[in-house]
Amino acid sequence: MSGTLDRRWIYLAMMLAVALPILWNGVTGKTFPESPTPPSQACFDAIEALPAGSRVLVSFDYDPASEGELAPMATTFLRHLMHKGLRPVIIALWPLGPTKAEETIANVMKVDFPDRVSGRDYVNLGFQTGNEGVLKVIGTDFRKQFPVDRSGTPVDRLPIMEGITKVGDFPLVITISAGYPGGKEWVQYVSSANPGLVLLAGVTGVQASQVYSYYPGQLRGMLAAIKGAAEYEALVSAAIDGDRVTAPKYTEARRRMAPQLFGHLLLIALIVIGNAMYFAQRRCKAVAP
Amino acid sequence: MSRSIALLICLVGGLTMLVSPFLPMATGWANEVTDWFNILAAMAFVLGGGSLLKVQLMRLSARGPGWGYSAVTLLAFVVTLWVGLGKVGVVADASAPAVAWSGKPDDEGSAFWWIYLYVMTPITSTLFAVLAFYVASAAFRAFRAKNLEATLLLVTAFIILLGRTFAGVVLTGWLPDWASGLRLENLAVTIMDVFNTAGNRAIIIGIALGVASTGIRLMLGLDRSYLGGDA
Repeated sequence: MSGTLDRRWIYLAMMLAVALPILWNGVTGKTFPESPTPPSQACFDAIEALPAGSRVLVSFDYDPASEGELAPMATTFLRHLMHKGLRPVIIALWPLGPTKAEETIANVMKVDFPDRVSGRDYVNLGFQTGNEGVLKVIGTDFRKQFPVDRSGTPVDRLPIMEGITKVGDFPLVITISAGYPGGKEWVQYVSSANPGLVLLAGVTGVQASQVYSYYPGQLRGMLAAIKGAAEYEALVSAAIDGDRVTAPKYTEARRRMAPQLFGHLLLIALIVIGNAMYFAQRRCKAVAP
Repeated sequence: MSRSIALLICLVGGLTMLVSPFLPMATGWANEVTDWFNILAAMAFVLGGGSLLKVQLMRLSARGPGWGYSAVTLLAFVVTLWVGLGKVGVVADASAPAVAWSGKPDDEGSAFWWIYLYVMTPITSTLFAVLAFYVASAAFRAFRAKNLEATLLLVTAFIILLGRTFAGVVLTGWLPDWASGLRLENLAVTIMDVFNTAGNRAIIIGIALGVASTGIRLMLGLDRSYLGGDA
């Protein structure tokens, strides 16, 4: 029965369901209002609670495949941290993480916070191979895994790294993760071993159901997929911009909620139609001689 | 003899990692073991590259179905390796402008950076994006309310799909405060918070027990499957 609807019509419908709202966003610049769920609010509150000057470890554990969901989170996290006067120390457990970090630094720090200096106010320490092995070692010896920053400067010469010997020296750790290694491994090897440390995670929709199990215990806050990113983005925009117009690069997540809405509605419509056809077919078979 | 050495390494490595959280003096040993793990993991990259070359060359020489894909894979592998290791197009670092190779292979403007930005990024993003089309098609063809369990799954999916968008607010935002728990966005959170978390925690605890028992079997040499063959 399902063969009566060519799958190419479904593909076309999905394309329109996503493309038209993007077009609408582009023309009107409007986004849907967002009300934060507790995990997103917890992320915002954890960062707000830190005193200015605190160092925050941010791990870019994703690559371009998940950029659609995670890049808006990364942008908003860094914007929030810099606005609060916090100092992000960036690392990556994924090989392409440092490049994503550089893109975000260029987008946020270098444009909106040009007075902040790399090595003093923020730093990108790059990628280290070893997955959870890296997390295990930084639990006791951070510099063993990250001896130099991305430009090759020894961390001993970076003011931002002064006094940092292990991951527990950071009051807050943020992981923006697309899978393995990511949120789950940070909970298992870092959060669990450092009870005083606050861990936040921004994760993809696929990962969210798994990582949700650790919230709000080992994981203080969490941004689940683009919806979580949009909620957090709205909170940060309200705190920083107030009534002023927010720059488009800081509305990326909210602009993606309209395509998501129509994509979801299409999915529901397709499931309903598929079921209607299935039951009609079953009834036909039942009454057939 | 070689198997005994491998078993001994496994036992010592496993025990070191096991006792390190309880014995401060063993922390350094555990870091050494982790370093060795990282070294072996790096060697595995070389083995993986060799294996990829071998498999794709065999498929190419056999001219079997899809041999063209093997040719593309090989070409991409060799070109990327050459560009990365040879630092093709790398701009000299400001600290050593006279040294041609002093820049990083993935610095902006290098050939490796170009491949990353204009080949890898669009390909991986596209691959992820087309999932939406397959999910829509699969949902239409396979998601049927055939029995009670399937119906519950279907209803849960609808709540999550609507609750994670503005549709939830539009459809149930009118509900009074005393019934706010029934708003779709709140129902979606409850499903994730209660049912999903309970199920996932059960799975995680089960996996942890399985990992612990497998670890003990490996350390005691009862499970030797990682040594290959029927050892």
